[in-house]
Amino acid sequence: MSEYRARDKDRMSVGVVEKKSLTFARPPMEMALENGYTLGPVTLAYETYGKLNPDKSNVILILHALSGDAHAAGYYHEDDAKPGWWETMVGPGKGIDTHKYFVVCSNILGSCSGSTGPGSINPNTAKPFGLDFPVVTIGDMVAAQKALIDHLGIKKILSVVGGSVGGLQALEWCLKFPDMVVSAIPLATTPKHSALSIAFNEVARQAIMVDPHWNKGHYYDGAKPDLGLAVARMIGHITYLSDESMRQKFGRRLQDRNDFSFNFDGDFQVESYLRYQGAKFVERFDANSFLYITKAADYFDITRQYGSGSLVKAFSRARAKFLVVSFTSDWLYPTYQSKAMVKAMKKNGLDISFCEIKADWGHDAFLLASERLTTLIAGFLERVCNETKK
Amino acid sequence: MLHFLKKNKDVICTGIELNEEKVAKCIEKGLTVLQGDINEEVLDYPDDAFDYVILSQTLQQIYEPGKLIRAILRIGRKGVVSFPNFSHWNVRLQLLTTGRAPLTKQLPYDWHNTPNIRVISIEDFRRFSRETGFSILREAAINTDHHENSGNIIKLFSNLRATYGVFLIGNDQ
Repeated sequence: MSEYRARDKDRMSVGVVEKKSLTFARPPMEMALENGYTLGPVTLAYETYGKLNPDKSNVILILHALSGDAHAAGYYHEDDAKPGWWETMVGPGKGIDTHKYFVVCSNILGSCSGSTGPGSINPNTAKPFGLDFPVVTIGDMVAAQKALIDHLGIKKILSVVGGSVGGLQALEWCLKFPDMVVSAIPLATTPKHSALSIAFNEVARQAIMVDPHWNKGHYYDGAKPDLGLAVARMIGHITYLSDESMRQKFGRRLQDRNDFSFNFDGDFQVESYLRYQGAKFVERFDANSFLYITKAADYFDITRQYGSGSLVKAFSRARAKFLVVSFTSDWLYPTYQSKAMVKAMKKNGLDISFCEIKADWGHDAFLLASERLTTLIAGFLERVCNETKK
Repeated sequence: MLHFLKKNKDVICTGIELNEEKVAKCIEKGLTVLQGDINEEVLDYPDDAFDYVILSQTLQQIYEPGKLIRAILRIGRKGVVSFPNFSHWNVRLQLLTTGRAPLTKQLPYDWHNTPNIRVISIEDFRRFSRETGFSILREAAINTDHHENSGNIIKLFSNLRATYGVFLIGNDQ
């Protein structure tokens, strides 16, 4: 996902928020991972907005995408220029209304934004893990989030909401802990990564790993593989856009010049945009985290994990009510992948709503301010909230 | 209609609609609705998944009505089908006197822009049930008033006098 952090024009916001963290799975009670290894202690960064009601029935868990973090909404201080990544959706009177709901946004295992990941200190060596960090899965990320939810004393989650890699986590929640999830909103996501998605991720990982500064993942006390990570991010940005959005946004327009330069400095606006996005990304993201999280996404396959190869069988575990949303120009997780999920959910008699939103902005559409998406989410949440009171 | 049923009859229901905007409006109101083509969406449900499957003012827009009726009687125990009656006296009179494709409140489109690709009369539907092999369990012929907010049930000469036909159908025993 890219960095659309628009300050809300109406200035409706949760205001100043604080990043919190929880450390658990301290040795010898380490967390068991899907690959057979154990990990501990584990720290997860998280934020909460709104008030938990007395019967703890108004909990919304927001799950972020590849490069996101726990900071979904609000500002860290009064003069903070940049709000959370889903400021347009989360706040008082917004699609996910913090007047009504207690919103938790949890960072993921393997991340570099305050949670345990490859850049954290390995307690056995007192140095950063690097590639000694175990390869974690989406299932492991969700198991860690479950520890956070337990810590907050929450037994049932009214809705798990996430787009892209956040959507993978939302689906995992519904199948791993079916009795805890009342409803789910998987946006622009997929039940398993396609060859196309894996291919893009692999090229991005290769870009990092061929950077001489990568040094097999041990770079934390020297120069970082910034060039590789920037190229990886550039590839990501291409997959988040669409042919149409690139045509509208850049076309063949030149950047700061009237004619070709006849060198490789970058003539086109689209080149300049990608270079800017790449350069900005390395300031805040760890290359190893990028490797681990993309790998987890590539491994994700609920048909394999829960259905012995059958998507219908996988969803037979689910108990949640679903709102599935896809976007017409998303070529990273195209609509047919959402429709395959919807089909399998129908065969299991699940309560499922599905809408394909017409949008030119590619995969990133789920992050952009959209009246349609806002009212869909608000209406769906209100219904499931009312139905739990019956 | 789904909203009315959910609110007043407290049913558990699902809607199918092709148009994104209409789908979104329904979900905003708190209904369970899937965006998709009715002809394809009905194929995914298991047998007898529903008590009733309602085709409200839809049959006249369906390319393969026989296939769809069989599909809804597979996924539902019973079906409810309604459509505008093409043999209403006003339709007949217009065709007879003007020699042009008729336009009425119930069939308001020109021949070239109508979504109603099938012209069905109440008598046609009865015949269709025998040919396709399903039972008509109950039928009601309705004559709507000018404002179309309500209608009267017609007993006599329904094929001539009714603006709409509503049928409760089931599988042949």
